[in-house]
Amino acid sequence: MKKLQQLGLGIFVIGLALFSFLMFLGSYNLSNKQFQKIIESKRIKSEIFTGKIKSKIVDKEFSSSFEISEIIINSLKESNKIHKTNKEWNKVIYDKPHSFSYEILKVAGTGIIKENKVLFWLLTFGLGIFGSLLFIIPNLIILGPPGIKNNGIYFNSATNRGFLGWFVFIFLVVFYVLLYFYPDYIVNWTYIVDPISENLSGNPASQWFLYGFLYCTVMTVMAIRMYIKYRNNKYQILRTTSVWFFQIVFAFLIPEILVRFEKPWYDFKNAFPLDYDFFFSWNLNSLIDSGGFGLFILVWGIVLTLIIVPVMVYFFGKRWYCSWVCGCGGLAETLGDPFRHLSNKSIGAWKLERWLVHGVLVFSLLMTGFTLYSYFSGSQSVLGIKTQSIQNIYGFLIGSIFAGVIGTGFYPIFGNRVWCRFGCPLAAYLGLVQRFKSRFRITTNGGQCISCGNCSIYCEMGIDVRAYAQKGQDIVRSSCVGCGVCSAVCPRGVLKLENGPLENRTYAPEFPLGNSL
Amino acid sequence: MNATPIIIIGNGIAGITTARHIRKKSNKPILIISKESKYFFSRTALMYVYMGHLKWEHTQPYESHFWKKNKLNLLQETVTNIDSENKKITLSNESILTYDSLVLATGSIPNKFGWPGENHKGVQGLYSKQDIENLESLSASIQESVIVGGGLIGIELAEMLHSRGKKVTFLVREKSFWNNVLPKQESKIINEHILSHGIDLRLDTSLEEIIADENGRVKLVRTDKGDLISCQFVGLTAGVKPNIEFVKQTNIATNRGVLVNKYLETNQPDVYAIGDCAEQKEPQPGRRSIEAVWYTGRMMGETLAQTLTGTKTEYNPGNWFNSAKFFDIEYQTYGLVSAHPEDNEKHFHWKHSAKDLAITIAYNKETYEFLGINTFGIRMRHEIFEQILYHKRTLFHVAEHLKDCNFDPEFFNSYEEEIITKFNLEFKTKLKLKRKSWSRIFNSKLMKS
Repeated sequence: MKKLQQLGLGIFVIGLALFSFLMFLGSYNLSNKQFQKIIESKRIKSEIFTGKIKSKIVDKEFSSSFEISEIIINSLKESNKIHKTNKEWNKVIYDKPHSFSYEILKVAGTGIIKENKVLFWLLTFGLGIFGSLLFIIPNLIILGPPGIKNNGIYFNSATNRGFLGWFVFIFLVVFYVLLYFYPDYIVNWTYIVDPISENLSGNPASQWFLYGFLYCTVMTVMAIRMYIKYRNNKYQILRTTSVWFFQIVFAFLIPEILVRFEKPWYDFKNAFPLDYDFFFSWNLNSLIDSGGFGLFILVWGIVLTLIIVPVMVYFFGKRWYCSWVCGCGGLAETLGDPFRHLSNKSIGAWKLERWLVHGVLVFSLLMTGFTLYSYFSGSQSVLGIKTQSIQNIYGFLIGSIFAGVIGTGFYPIFGNRVWCRFGCPLAAYLGLVQRFKSRFRITTNGGQCISCGNCSIYCEMGIDVRAYAQKGQDIVRSSCVGCGVCSAVCPRGVLKLENGPLENRTYAPEFPLGNSL
Repeated sequence: MNATPIIIIGNGIAGITTARHIRKKSNKPILIISKESKYFFSRTALMYVYMGHLKWEHTQPYESHFWKKNKLNLLQETVTNIDSENKKITLSNESILTYDSLVLATGSIPNKFGWPGENHKGVQGLYSKQDIENLESLSASIQESVIVGGGLIGIELAEMLHSRGKKVTFLVREKSFWNNVLPKQESKIINEHILSHGIDLRLDTSLEEIIADENGRVKLVRTDKGDLISCQFVGLTAGVKPNIEFVKQTNIATNRGVLVNKYLETNQPDVYAIGDCAEQKEPQPGRRSIEAVWYTGRMMGETLAQTLTGTKTEYNPGNWFNSAKFFDIEYQTYGLVSAHPEDNEKHFHWKHSAKDLAITIAYNKETYEFLGINTFGIRMRHEIFEQILYHKRTLFHVAEHLKDCNFDPEFFNSYEEEIITKFNLEFKTKLKLKRKSWSRIFNSKLMKS
């Protein structure tokens, strides 16, 4: 069995290595016809730019995406500079340089990968999935009878911030930086999922499709791991199934199918302000332009945030969203589960959390206020601040760096809920409802606590659960996502997630039960 | 502040609870002395450090600034003598400290019964931080181990060694695991569960001799059945006894533990003893004179803190409860369930046909008063049973209210229907389960027992 696992690990590593190596394969050759099409579709009026590209790139063979991307970006910057000095504003290309370069590379790619998409899919995704399943499934036997399976977590370099942990950290951070900021470098990855994308939406895969597909794959594989690890605990099994379902169906399949029917891409469960660009003018316009269905989405999005979300939090706590539905939560609860104990439990971290997460909430609301004001008034700036700049800053700092690079990249260092705990504005909003008006709490069972600390350590949100449990106090914390693991790992049956009456939900006795004082 | 402090010897759950509750009510200076570790840690969590679930620092329930903030002075030293006439103690570095009140909360040490070879290298108990450190340092050289003594520490040590891939032979003197506490059907469940984890459980077997190699390291264990078992480690887990060696030479009265009255006072003025090391002169009916349990240590600490802050208070631990985990089986108990019921005590027993789930309800066969419950693999609500015991409810009341009692996580399979069906058959009753009631649950929570 152990041998089988090692083999699986080996195959997984080969798949991952091939996937990474794919970036450096293949060649690019942009035909004049392809370029004309891009010029038309992007309505490019800069003759300087088209001239440069024609002389430097068109009908030439490039063997590296980095090389061709550099030329495109330099040409774009140079031509923009000239147009800006000449105040020829209509000739300036406002696209993000690497996104623009991505669009050219996407059509210009030729060679081995593009010709063998399925083969390369099998060699990367295929080997990765097969290898990881071969690693995970033998645990059914190796881990022994159903029960808590945390043996050796602090001895393992991957889960104890050892060499492997840092390696995974660097790998993930580089991946997210490429994904968000250098999509043109990873265009090869998108080729291998083109067939899937074309079958779903009819379009070739963008880097976001690639990410969505990868996300679903990782969640599926790691959900199987969850089923094995927590097979003694029905709450965990159902919760895992739920987040997995919402990711695959709501975040992945439905939006792609909507696109096929020429409707706007929309994830019905992604609530504002997590979905921070919902009220951006391009989105509002696109919704309004797509008729009745678009209007339905617009109304749904508003009702979701203003009514459904708080009402559900009232009845069930924020867990219904954060650990049963949300996509970020879904990844955290599957891929992130091996790292849940790495969250910081100190009071200092709790203070930082409250400042940061509520700060982001305020920031997102201010930005949306600016956005809506601009949308209705037509003015580009509010109080002398350009709406566009605020949106860009938010998108960069919060949307990309915090949610992606830090949020997932830092799993092996700060635990799996860094984004949810410190950054997510929706979590902050749900947290306020949960703290002040909700039936949800974690009940402490009388005087049975032995202060062992398993609950605190395995709390992914860094809540010092033990501090409450050992006092016999029921736990109401705005950050709790209701994952239920504190209750699962408790060796003495002290904790239970419950929805009950509002009165006395933060009940704290002077002494824990047992003493007749 | 130059006032003489309350000195607490021992920073376990009993000593620290005393200090915390004194601080809630008073500003008196407090000094806590312990050689074992600088900060309070949860002894019950030591096993998880060896198993890799936690790190050592995670066993400490309070951050280091807590002690300073609450003006709880800590001293990592050993106390060697107590002069209760002059209210002074001597430390191993010869310095002398004066106390206002003295609290002995020195805990336990593992029992040793003079087995031949019990002091060889690789032979140890499991109680202190140092025990865990010793075990960790030996761990790499252990492939096979023998555990002697079938109590809670024994089974924990078995789980620990097993988790690190060591072969474990578990010698239990009794005919069935922990059968002096558990009724025999339950004890049998645990026997089978231990075996299912691949532990070589040998019941009705005692240790005769521990044999060392030429370097003084254990290599063999001989049992009373004449078997020789190869091993590089022997865990002695045949219970614990009060850690009071240094008290015996003083004029503080001791027996097995430090003798205390209902107020936790020793025979010397302003000297108290609590927790594992205290021996009640007049234990409450049905209770033992020494109860080396986390919860009683905590309760004695809470009680003594009242006395030391001016409200002289009797120790009254209320209804017995306890919990443990045997590998994957969680165990809880509320009230008293005897292993060998006598007099009027009778048991209702239910066990799941396939899974390791069971409950035993003890009741009075004359009055049908509920006496206590043992549960295996099903969590129950402490507060509800506290109220049931307080109001002396009947067995029938408990059977009807099983849904209120259940404390399993949401969506878990529930077995109340199955239990009550068996119950109705046995007692020829037609009881129906009452629906779970939040108001009953909350009333029991808010009610002072």
